[in-house]
Amino acid sequence: MELLRETPLIGRHREQKALLAPFGGWNMPIQYEGGILAEHRWCREKTALFDICHMGEFLYRGDIVAGGLENVFTFSVASLPEGRSRYGFLLNEHGGVIDDLIVFRLAKDEVMIVVNAATADNDFGVIRSRLKAGAQFSDISDATGKLDPQGPLSRDVLTELLGRNISSVPYFRFITTDILGSKAIVSRTGYTGELGYEIFLPAEKTVELWDKLLKDPRMKPAGLGARDLLRLEVGYSLYGNDLDETITPLEAGLEGFVNFDTEFIGKGALLRQKATGLKRCKVSFRVGSRRSPRHYYEIWSGERKVGVTTSGGFAPMLGCGIGLGLVSPEGAAMGTELTIRHDNVSMPATACELPFYRGGSVRK
Amino acid sequence: MPDIYYTKEHEWVKVDGDIATVGISDYAAHQLGDITFVELPKPGKAVKQFEVLCAIESVKAASDIYAPVSGTVVSVNEALNTRPEIVNESPEEAAWMATMKMTDRSEVAKLMNRGQYDEYRKGL
Repeated sequence: MELLRETPLIGRHREQKALLAPFGGWNMPIQYEGGILAEHRWCREKTALFDICHMGEFLYRGDIVAGGLENVFTFSVASLPEGRSRYGFLLNEHGGVIDDLIVFRLAKDEVMIVVNAATADNDFGVIRSRLKAGAQFSDISDATGKLDPQGPLSRDVLTELLGRNISSVPYFRFITTDILGSKAIVSRTGYTGELGYEIFLPAEKTVELWDKLLKDPRMKPAGLGARDLLRLEVGYSLYGNDLDETITPLEAGLEGFVNFDTEFIGKGALLRQKATGLKRCKVSFRVGSRRSPRHYYEIWSGERKVGVTTSGGFAPMLGCGIGLGLVSPEGAAMGTELTIRHDNVSMPATACELPFYRGGSVRK
Repeated sequence: MPDIYYTKEHEWVKVDGDIATVGISDYAAHQLGDITFVELPKPGKAVKQFEVLCAIESVKAASDIYAPVSGTVVSVNEALNTRPEIVNESPEEAAWMATMKMTDRSEVAKLMNRGQYDEYRKGL
């Protein structure tokens, strides 16, 4: 039997009557008492607090170029200014995505890398194998807590509770600041499409910060169920669904996060794929009813099966089903009429642009 | 007072003469979580006991709903088309899904009464 890991907040989740379920090897809150739709709405309108301690954090110390970190990801770390973060990929030699991640430039010779929980151990080994002697590289996941306050009121709440310096942090930038007597990183990033923050702090301070934030009536806890709806409504990819080692960033519609001016493992495969043309590509679609597509339903165009869904669900803000998928290129053009099929269920859908939901506060 | 019976698949049925009203139990609604879609059966549809009657979807999963008795669908609860959340708010009252004209009233012998159903649930 697989032994599930628990975050420092497991006791709080039980007290708050969370429904717990395995996610990426961790026993995580899927929802609390109010339910997924209520938590989703609270995040879109107020501020939701997510326990994201399960995600992995690595610390790199050393010269970015000489230590080899410059050539590990699909973008240049050396060109990333201090205080900024960047999203991108760790690829295998075939251009498949080993993980999607965010790199934080803490200092000239110091970088934090934040990765998915399920892939963290493997990522660490892969990254380490690509570094050169002399670079210091450590897994700080166990020592690091991560709380994500997300929602249009998050700036107001954090500014009042944690300090005025938070109010001016722009999107994809972060500050290092004192929280509860410890050094913490407050980053203007998230996974909901709303104005929000990711707070990294020592693991032993996580419960104290959780309690402090939840004393504010504008803040309520939300689980991974709401988080999945929130990210899908704005079209963010989920590793394990929309991305994996057999899918390249080009197929996943994420070429914008690949910088071909840098050298990285997998670049050759991506260039070959660009030259020969994609055999399959990302499609985003709206269902013509309240029906929800789910992972791995079939996608048809006319009488032809053109691909499969990689994510799907109900979009509360739109009142219809939405989904992402991988299809042969003729099925991906905007406006293409599709049929999503599974067993005896068949739902008409239309290929559309992302994001599905455009009203989010993410850049406000 | 109509008699109320439950299935192992967590449907309820209220039997009044030869008319059966069908829905899902409080327990089932809670387990499914927020309901986002109810596929109602078409009036006139004939179905045998324990065969698929219609379907329901929540934010978490899609499930079939089985006919607790054999019969023909007479009417459906159209309110669920626009407000499927009624299933969470009032699963055993307002969120009835269909009425059926029963073909064999003796089939209720294969169902559970409330006390038996509560015992059955405890064992799950």
